[in-house]
Amino acid sequence: MQFSKLAVTAAAAAMVLGSPAFAQNSVLLPVIIELSGGGATVGNNWKNGVELAAAEVNAAGGILGKKVEIPAVDTQTNPGVARAAIQRALDDKPVAILGPIYSGSVKASMQLTADAEVPQIMGGEAGDLTAQGSKYIFRTSFGQNISMPKLANYLRDGEKAKSVAVVFVNNDFGKGGRDAIIKELNSRNIKVVADLSTEAGQADFAADVIKLKSANADAIFIYLNEEESARFLREAKKQGLNKPMIGETTLLGQKVIDLAGDAANGVKGHVGLTVDAPIPAVQEFGRKFQAKFNYKPDHNGLKGYISVYMVKAAAEKAGKLDPKAIAAALHGLTISPDKMPGILMEASWDNTGEIDRISFLAEVKDGKQVITQTLPKLKN
Amino acid sequence: MAEILQLVIAGLATGAIYALAAIGFTLLWQTSQTINFAQGEFVMLPAFFALVAMNWLGWPFWLSCLVAILVSILLLGVVFKVIVVDPMLKQGVLPLVISTIALGMLLREGAKDFYSAEAQPFPYIFPDRQVSVLGVQLSLSQIGVLLIALCVIAALQLFLSRTRTGRQMQATAQNPTVARILGVPVERMIMYTFIINAALAAMASLLISPIYLAKFSNGEHLGLAAFVAAIVGGFNQVRGAIAGGLLVGVIDNLAAAYVSTGYRQSVPLILLVLFILFRPQGLLGRREERAI
Amino acid sequence: MSWSALRWSLGLVLLGLVLVFVPVNLTDYGVPYPGLKRYGAYIMTLWLVTAVAAMGVNLIVGYSGQETLAQAAFLGIGAYTTALLTKAGIPYGMAFAASGLLAFVVGILLGIPALRVQKHYLAFVTLAFAVMAWLVFRNEQWLTGGVMGLSGIKRPVVFGINTRPFLTFYWFVLAVTAILTFCMWWILRSPWGRAFTALRENPVRAESLGIDVRLYKLLTFAIGSAYGGFAGALYAPLVEFIDPSPFALSQSFLYLLMVVVGGAGSFLGPFVGAAIAVLLPEWLRFTETWYLLIYAFLVMVLMAFCPGGVVALVLRLKALLLPQTGKVRP
Repeated sequence: MQFSKLAVTAAAAAMVLGSPAFAQNSVLLPVIIELSGGGATVGNNWKNGVELAAAEVNAAGGILGKKVEIPAVDTQTNPGVARAAIQRALDDKPVAILGPIYSGSVKASMQLTADAEVPQIMGGEAGDLTAQGSKYIFRTSFGQNISMPKLANYLRDGEKAKSVAVVFVNNDFGKGGRDAIIKELNSRNIKVVADLSTEAGQADFAADVIKLKSANADAIFIYLNEEESARFLREAKKQGLNKPMIGETTLLGQKVIDLAGDAANGVKGHVGLTVDAPIPAVQEFGRKFQAKFNYKPDHNGLKGYISVYMVKAAAEKAGKLDPKAIAAALHGLTISPDKMPGILMEASWDNTGEIDRISFLAEVKDGKQVITQTLPKLKN
Repeated sequence: MAEILQLVIAGLATGAIYALAAIGFTLLWQTSQTINFAQGEFVMLPAFFALVAMNWLGWPFWLSCLVAILVSILLLGVVFKVIVVDPMLKQGVLPLVISTIALGMLLREGAKDFYSAEAQPFPYIFPDRQVSVLGVQLSLSQIGVLLIALCVIAALQLFLSRTRTGRQMQATAQNPTVARILGVPVERMIMYTFIINAALAAMASLLISPIYLAKFSNGEHLGLAAFVAAIVGGFNQVRGAIAGGLLVGVIDNLAAAYVSTGYRQSVPLILLVLFILFRPQGLLGRREERAI
Repeated sequence: MSWSALRWSLGLVLLGLVLVFVPVNLTDYGVPYPGLKRYGAYIMTLWLVTAVAAMGVNLIVGYSGQETLAQAAFLGIGAYTTALLTKAGIPYGMAFAASGLLAFVVGILLGIPALRVQKHYLAFVTLAFAVMAWLVFRNEQWLTGGVMGLSGIKRPVVFGINTRPFLTFYWFVLAVTAILTFCMWWILRSPWGRAFTALRENPVRAESLGIDVRLYKLLTFAIGSAYGGFAGALYAPLVEFIDPSPFALSQSFLYLLMVVVGGAGSFLGPFVGAAIAVLLPEWLRFTETWYLLIYAFLVMVLMAFCPGGVVALVLRLKALLLPQTGKVRP
């Protein structure tokens, strides 16, 4: 193994590092998403939602007459990997980036999309993502700055809670949500009697449930990722923790219901997006998704699906497939389902990329999510 | 007071499961100098065997559990020894360590690619009902887990100390060379330890999966717990591994409740370092060797 | 200058040239080679950074026969040190030195107690340390940014040249790697380094020759860890964002794995191992999630048949195919 041989090998190795060529006359929308690691469930939902929408859009003639291409890259639910993947995707001159969902991964990569002036349509919900001043970041679901006030109102008016225990996951998503809800609870004079941090990927919630039993709050607000939510609910049922369990979207999602079984019954809360919404177009989407992928989508399936239609609507408004123009067109845009059926529900974006849409209050009954109330848009 | 008691009971229940994993770990180390870095994956995988039997073949739960234990004994015991460990023994300790690390990766990725990357619900062996003991609310399934694990451990202890085969195994564990001179069939004894390790890991898997949900990545946490338990217990005898497991389980729960969830993992590890520094022979370890 | 030395230096120059020009687009100079885009250069740089960390592991594992399970944690120490110092306005050169020094000191502190006891206990202590370091990175948000990580890490300005463009930064890392590689070569060539090898071959004999075994083991561990710190100091500006996940325990296992796969105790081993660990996932991208499965399987096969790693395997194949006049040492 002399150096000269090594040199030849190194040169050969480098040759392979070129990236695959994409067709010049297509709309490139790389999907940078969590396909393994802690976010595997949500990421696969998103990816399948994108696939469904892309197939429909291509069948209907594409975007401005060009076919959509959606190469998917796994971020492994790791911010560093997400950043590298977006760097790689930006080399290929995409029209927009779809993803990621985990707020930490979004935060690690949003500077890149802003530098490259390519819109990034993502699934993150941490409140501060849209406050960084990026003109290229767009939400597909409420930020915590919007969902938490709605939830706090529900705790005050619906549950009549005077004291609340908060259980959150120690990552961007969880910490952001915890800070937002505690602020809202304080301003409504609801006492926070327990404030429990848990770890992403935590398996054993025995100690947390025992602590909550002694905290004796009127209601428990649970803000964890899917699997941890399910483990928590199972442990709570096992130990007979009989308090109202309140959550935000994730806790009432299909995955948690599947995993927690009957331990999920009775869970209530605010849901930003759900296939159980009493809207025919949304339910129709759920049926199409189920038929194609053989499982019931959660809200991330919906988010992925509408992300493609967001690009389509904005590109048609801008009249060209230029990333910068598409981002500019999305600011201040309202997309209504009568013009663009794929958007499913009317939605608006302000000039920070924050979304406004109707939302729902829901409850889990007999292993199904049931909508109890529809909340209007914030600004009409 | 009631809270502490509940925490201790819950800790003992998970600790008993850690102990099951730690016993096998020490047995393998003693008989064949195998530091099995795939031990966590050995505890993760059997639940998936049961899931395959239940969900793909439609077999009843009890039968699936039995099948899971038998398949584990075959794959994680016999095949593991013959295919992975035996060819590596002459290569020395480091390549074997690397090989078990790679095996851990292989099992993890295998479970992910062949079954699913997502957590799977796993049935409780006991109903999740509440019982009240002396004014303390306890869950039936926790007590059940604790009882099963302790019964298995007791049976193993009886086997090791009361039967001829068990005593031969102990002799092999303490000093293979001397055992060989005394006419103990050392090779067969080593195979037995691999089989026992696999059976214990499978038991641990069936007990822990209802709580943790069956997931390909569970092995990382379980492996670390078993590892810490084994070292705290002294790495050279079964009793130590049991004590180590129970201790780690209880300490983990108390740390989560009273130190901080963020640093709960570090408390057992600090314990490990302290043991290495001040009591390398472990909790109940003794420096001298016992005769048969 | 003897013939073999000439061949060596020629090979070295050729290798250097290839590494310098790999990411460059040569079509303007009449060579039909398109170079690498931003991402390709990123991966090449990552390979160099990984190789620096692996060199350190190789010193510990391959030359003094111990196991370390904390190299990723030392990378973390280096990366966080560099990120925090450069963000505070301290020049990069000083931050780089501080990263290595801190890792060295921590290595000494860990090594002293661990080496008092039996052989494998260093592995156990480093394992515990790796998890604890990771917990500190995650939980001490005031310092490390916690799970949110630290962003806005600037690439250094070296001798007035801004290394922000990806090609410039690649060359910068290449230069640093070359210097660190030379240092390692010098360490191993010195009487000091020969003592390491003697140690590995026969500790009892080494002791009888009056070598203080424990001191040597301690120093190898600390220097190897310092290389981890240096690698971290390069990693932070490369990714321009750090969070705890690349410094978790599982990553430390991967460093140990890559060194043994490359060839523990051979000088080129860490480079080959790092190339396999960093580039293989890129080439096996088409297999999607299967690549780790394939990698793990290949490692097990390699360990069973050729525990000396890929370098030893190549040498063995060479000996089979070309009956040599003399043995060429890598």
